[in-house]
Order: sequence, then structure tokens, then C-alpha cells
Amino acid sequence: MDLAAVLALEILNGIATLVLISVGLAIVFGMMRVINLAHGEFLMLGGYAAIVATNHGVNIWIAMLVVSPIVVGIIGVVAERLIIRVLYGRMIDTLLATWGLSLFFIGLVTTIFGNTVAGIGAPLGGIAVGRYSISLYRLLLVGIAAAILLALYAVLRTTRLGLLARGTMENPNMAAALGVSPPRVYAATFGVGAALTGLAGGLLAPISGVLPTVGAAYVAKAFITVISGGTAIMAGTASAALLFGTVNQLLTYLTTPVIGEAGLLAAAILLLRVLPHGITGKLFRGSL
Amino acid sequence: MTDPILQTIALSIRFGGVEAVRGVNLRLAERELRCLIGPNGAGKSTLFKLLTGQLQPTSGRILFHGEDIAGDHTHAIARRGIGIKTQVPNLFDGLTVREHLWLAARRTNARVRADAITDEILERVGLRQEAGGVVGRLSHGLRQWVELGTVLAGNPELILLDEPAAGMTHDEVARTAELIREINRTHALIVVEHDMQFVRMIARTVTVMHQGAVLVEDTMDRILKNRAVRDIYLGKHGGA
Amino acid sequence: MILRHLSPGILVTAAVMVAVAVGAPLIVDQFQLLQLTVFASMCILALSLGVVWGYGGILCFGQSAFFGLGAYTYAVTAVNVGESTLAIALSLVVPAVFAALLGYFMFYGRLSDVYLGVITLSVTLIFFNLTNSTAGDAYRIGRARLNGFNGMPSLPTFNVPGTPGRLLDPTETFYLVMALLLIVYVGLHALLASHFGRVVVAVRENETRCELLGYDVRRHKLLIFTLGGAIAGLAGSLFANWGAFVSPNVFSLTTTSQIIIWVIVGGLGTLVGPIIGCVVMQYLATELGTQQLANTSLIFGIIFLAFVLLVPRGIVPSLAALRARLSAARARPAAQARRAA
Repeated sequence: MDLAAVLALEILNGIATLVLISVGLAIVFGMMRVINLAHGEFLMLGGYAAIVATNHGVNIWIAMLVVSPIVVGIIGVVAERLIIRVLYGRMIDTLLATWGLSLFFIGLVTTIFGNTVAGIGAPLGGIAVGRYSISLYRLLLVGIAAAILLALYAVLRTTRLGLLARGTMENPNMAAALGVSPPRVYAATFGVGAALTGLAGGLLAPISGVLPTVGAAYVAKAFITVISGGTAIMAGTASAALLFGTVNQLLTYLTTPVIGEAGLLAAAILLLRVLPHGITGKLFRGSL
Repeated sequence: MTDPILQTIALSIRFGGVEAVRGVNLRLAERELRCLIGPNGAGKSTLFKLLTGQLQPTSGRILFHGEDIAGDHTHAIARRGIGIKTQVPNLFDGLTVREHLWLAARRTNARVRADAITDEILERVGLRQEAGGVVGRLSHGLRQWVELGTVLAGNPELILLDEPAAGMTHDEVARTAELIREINRTHALIVVEHDMQFVRMIARTVTVMHQGAVLVEDTMDRILKNRAVRDIYLGKHGGA
Repeated sequence: MILRHLSPGILVTAAVMVAVAVGAPLIVDQFQLLQLTVFASMCILALSLGVVWGYGGILCFGQSAFFGLGAYTYAVTAVNVGESTLAIALSLVVPAVFAALLGYFMFYGRLSDVYLGVITLSVTLIFFNLTNSTAGDAYRIGRARLNGFNGMPSLPTFNVPGTPGRLLDPTETFYLVMALLLIVYVGLHALLASHFGRVVVAVRENETRCELLGYDVRRHKLLIFTLGGAIAGLAGSLFANWGAFVSPNVFSLTTTSQIIIWVIVGGLGTLVGPIIGCVVMQYLATELGTQQLANTSLIFGIIFLAFVLLVPRGIVPSLAALRARLSAARARPAAQARRAA
């Protein structure tokens, strides 16, 4: 019984992690159709920001929830202005430029911080569930992931900002005619996506530690989740994360983590074979 | 009519609540040239896409030499001997004119024969001068002719053309009409067109579509005098 | 007959390869010869992506998956059999089979561009993770222990077919690798000049038009992708032979990025481009590796960015375009003079 509870939590955790690492990318890719291969590095930078801040005495919560998103958000805006904007519409060149950016960040961080794992302990400790102990922090992450999805939904659906963003993505010329500046909207959107990614990186730092190369582990999964999710940012990310998180964690529990990863990829390939436009390309069409 | 080369039987397609093509019965004889006209939204392009396999019908059949091809994949339809020129030209922008024709001819012919066919078509369509030109850099009119030539080079029995004269100058339109008349001596054609002047240059039998169904099918002269046809083009409600 | 299609550029490149193959052992020392050997092996790897991406239009971000599969297949087979001939043969077959399966899923599922890139990238990363976690005695194929992140050392190197005792010395290995490079280079050009090759290029140009001509686009993509996998696998065995060592790094993000950089820097859409890009970048990497001034990723990242932003078409096409512009500029005054006369 307690085993079932722990397993359920593991699955929820897997889903939450996927949501966290994917939602920023979903915004950038889903709304701007920009393929940011430096996405993993944004996560990594968020992690480093949190660790450096904490090591300099900043409260760990502020480090993760405030410092990380702000730092990476700023980096995102700068990257958008210098690189992404120049290549807008040239998909392959954007891919390659962001790949270069990713290498650049890895190199930069390695130069500054070296190759070893930096870490901060997970706050909050654990509680006992029968014979097992579960981390309260991981439980919190599940809550935060859900909160982010809801907040995103609320902003996109109900606020003027969200409407502006959606409108500009659909039809930038029309938006411009209405007095909205598309370049500003793009910069803001990319910045928000980067900030959310930085936040995820900060939140995940206590769990996985940060290496300059930790981004590689995340980038593939994030892209797979976003692409399989389809065009709707939230419903897509949520449903894909649900599916893959479950597959991944179940397989990991039954076999090994590596098989779990392979299972995630296999599930994605099968899904895309059946639904080439992702889950929300076919089902839940028109949702947010 | 002896066995038609192409025949549609009660062909229909429905998108949600709208029936874009309603119960169309079409018969095309060997080496017949049919023009398909109608105002915007009449269903011409949709019917065209049904014939080319880009859309699947909701009901009805499409018989090519008696075999039902409705719902077949585009490349399977092409392999049966149906040449297709799409509304927006589909060309290999980075390749030369000669390369286009060669690829079309080479699929069903050995290399030497393919080379010969390429030269033939270059001559026939009047592209000999441009043979080495990269298609992406050619003018719009030339590109349309390249596509026409490419379709021809595959030696299809039936040729489907969607707006072959679109965007052409007056002289180019006349030349295209001449070409199509010449092609019609050996091939059957269905031409979807907007340009009435062009249609007048080539038409024999004309099928007029309105709101997804066939309004009337007749010779060009009688079509022009037909009141119902004038009404639908001028906006009054005509027919059922 | 096929030679008719081979342009002067191709013949010049082939001649240079022959010259290097014959001349190098006479001029450079053994250490440099070994360097040239690995450069040439990597050129074969570059060619594999060059043809799949540049000519086939297939965005494969995980070409290292086939490279690594080839390397590991060689390693496992050579350790078990003790003779290299079968190992080399399998290093072509196994990646090819895997490429065919993966390709089937992707192309017959009508996946394209982005999706291809992401999925192929994920495949190589998964292989990386898989091989990294195979440390320990339990993970063995026959007599070959996979050793996880430590890699497999002391691999049997190439021997003369049939005589396991007679290993190839560095000069003979160099000749072999250069010969293979030449064969792959000329062979690919011959293939591209054939009907099949021209359809592959046409597919890259406009899939719809290809289908309208009756060609099966998916099958062509599958075949060229599989061929690319086999060539990358061959490069893998050459690499494994060079260092007598193979490790999960063959599957890493770094490796797969490097292959892509070679093609971008050299020029997408030619075969000599990836070769030049590979040689230039490999040379740079070797020189940079010896200095401690700046991190390699950092420098590669900057080069990547610089090339994409400033020289998007790569060295070879840009030089060709430059040459064309210069000759047009020279022709203009002459034309003006003629008109004035």
C-alpha cells in the first residue's frame, strides 16, 4: 500500500519534472515556432544561478524562485535580440545558432566553474510513508508545476497581455496595425519562456546537482514533450508530460532508468507516428 | 460515349457542415479536353484535389479506366498515368529545366530514351533556349511552362491542370492555349480555370460548377448565352 | 560513362587525395601520419552527414549514433572473433540495419525537419546513456565487456584479412583509410549522378512534385539515410581501430555537434565541403586542445555562431559564390567596352 503511494508519487514527480522543463520551451516553440537548442543550457544556467546565489548567502527559496528566473530571463532577452531576431523564419539557421549558443554557454560555465558537480541540498527534508520516506521537496515541485500551468492558463486566457501575445503570434501584421510592437512581444515572450526555464533549472538544482553538461539530459526530453504535445501550449504540455512521465517512471521502476528513458523515446516515436501533429494537433484542438 | 477514361459517380466531400462537392457526375472521353469553371467557392479546386488524391471523398467513386482511384495516395495516382499541375507551381527550384523533364521521363524509361524524350518535350513546349536555366530564377510564365513540360514528359494519359494560365501576360496566355490545344491531340485534359479569355481559346465542352454541384455542361458558345451561368457569375442566385 | 558526370572539381579533389595518400608517408613523421589517419577517418564520417543532409535534405542530428554503433560493433566483434575482417563488415551492417528501422519509423510516419532532428538527437543521447551505464562484469557481449563509461581498451586492430597475426602497420592503415575515403567520395558522387541520386536531390527540392511524378519519396529517403548510417558506421570502425579504444563519447552530444559543425563550416550541399570543414575543424581542435587558453566548447560555440550568422552557406559555397561574383565583375567592364565600341 505504501509502495503504491510511493510509486504514485514517483510518477507524479516524473510528470512534474517534464512539465517544469518543458513549459518554457512550449511557450517559445509553441508560440514563436523557434527551436531553441540552448534550452537545456537555460536550465543549467538557472541551476547555477540558484547555487551561486545560495552559496553567497541568499536564501535558498529566493535564489530558486527569484534569482534564477530573473537571471535566465535577462539572458533570454539578450539572446533574442542578438541572435533569434536576426534569424526569425529561418528555422534551420535558428537551430544551428542556438546549438552554437548552447556550446558557448557550456564552455563559458566550464571555464568559470570548472567541471565538477556543484550542489545544494534539497530543503524541507522528508516524511515517512510506511517503510519509505518521501521527499517533501519533490512533493512541493508537483504543486509548483501544477501552479505554473494554471497561472499560464490564467494569463493567456484572461489577461490583456496574454491576448496580445496570442494575437501577435497568430498575425503579427494585424497586431502591428493595432499598435502593438511585434518585436517587443517576441522579446517579452522569449524572455518569459527563458525565465520559466530558469526557474525550472533552479528548482531542479537541489535534486540533480548541476554540471555544465546537465542540459543535454534535459533538452531531448523537453523537445520530445513539447512536440508530442502539439500546438496547444498548456493542454499539450500537460497531456504529453502525463503520458511520458508515466511511461518513463513505470519503466524505470520495473527495470532501469536508462530503459525508462528509452521507453519515453519509443512512446514519443509511436505517438508521432499515429498523431503527427502531436496530441493537441488532433484532440483538444483549439484549446490553449 | 465509348468507355470514358475518367468518370466520377456521385462524388461528394463534406467538411463539417459544408458539402464542398455535391454528387458530381463527370465523364471524360479519351482525348477529350474539358474545362471546369465556376465562380469562387464553386468547388472546382476541391474537385481537383479529389481527383489528384490530395483529398479523400466522403462518398462517391472516381473511376480511371474503370478502376476506382478515390482516396488513393497522390503518387499512386500519378503512377497510373495521370499528370498533375497544381495551382501553386510545384517545381524543383534548384534544378534546371532539363533536369525536370529528365526526372519525369526517366521514371518509366531507360536513360537513352529519357534523354530523347527530354529533347522532344523541350522542343514541343518551346523551352529549348532555357534548357540549362535554373528554374527558381525563371519568370512566372516560364515556370508554368516548365511544369507543363514536366507533366508531359511523364507521358500521362490524362492531364489535370489547375489554372495553367494564372499570372501570365496576354502573349503567354495565347501561347499556353496553343500548347494545350496541341497536347490535346494526344492526351485527355481537364483544365480548371478562372481566366475566361483563356477558356474561350481552348474550350470544347465546359462544365460549370456552382455551390459544389454541376450547374450545366455544354459547349462554350451555349454556356456564354446561358442565363443561369451569367447569373451565378454576376451574383444573382441561379439554379437550385 | 559515369566519368562524364564527374566535374573537374571532383577530379581535382580526388587527385589531391591520391597525392596525399602517396606523398604523406614519405614526408611526415609517424605521429603526424597517425593524425592524418584519424582526420581522414573523420572525413568519411563528415561525408556521411554531408550526403544525408546536404543532398538528401534530412536533418539528422544524431549521426553520431551510427558512428558509435559502428565503433562498438567493431569492438565487440573484434574482441570476440579475434580477427578484424568480419568486425569491419559488421560495423557497416549493424548501423545500416538500425538506420533502416529508425528511418522506416520516421519517413513512413511522414515526420520531417524539426521532428527528425529532435528524434535523431535523442537516439544518440540514449545510446550515450545506455553505454555509459554498462560498467561491471554483467554487461558483456560474448567475451567483450562493455565497461560503461570507462570504455573498451586494447581492441584488436586491423589485420590482413585471413591472417590474424599479421596486423597492419600505421603506414598500411593510412593507405587503407585514404583508399576508403577516396572510394566513398567518388562513389557518392557517382551515386548522386545516377537516377537514384538525382531523385534524392529532387526529393530535397520539392517532395510534392516528386510524388506527382510518381516517385516514392519515403523509400528514397529511407535508402539514402541507411547508406549514410552505413558510411558513418565504417568511420566508427576506423576510429576504433585508430585508438584501439572505444568509449561512450562516440555517442555524445559533443561528437554529434562536431559532425554538424564540419558540414556547416565546409558547406552544406557539396561533398568536398564537409571534408574541408572536417580537416579545418579537426586541426583547430587539435591545436586548441593543446593550449589551455579557452575551453573547446566555448570556442566551437563561437565558431558555430559566427558561421551561422555571418557565413551561413559555409566555406566552399561562399568561395564559389565569391568566385562567380569576381568573374561577373571582370566581365562587366568588357561588356561595357563592347557596347561603347
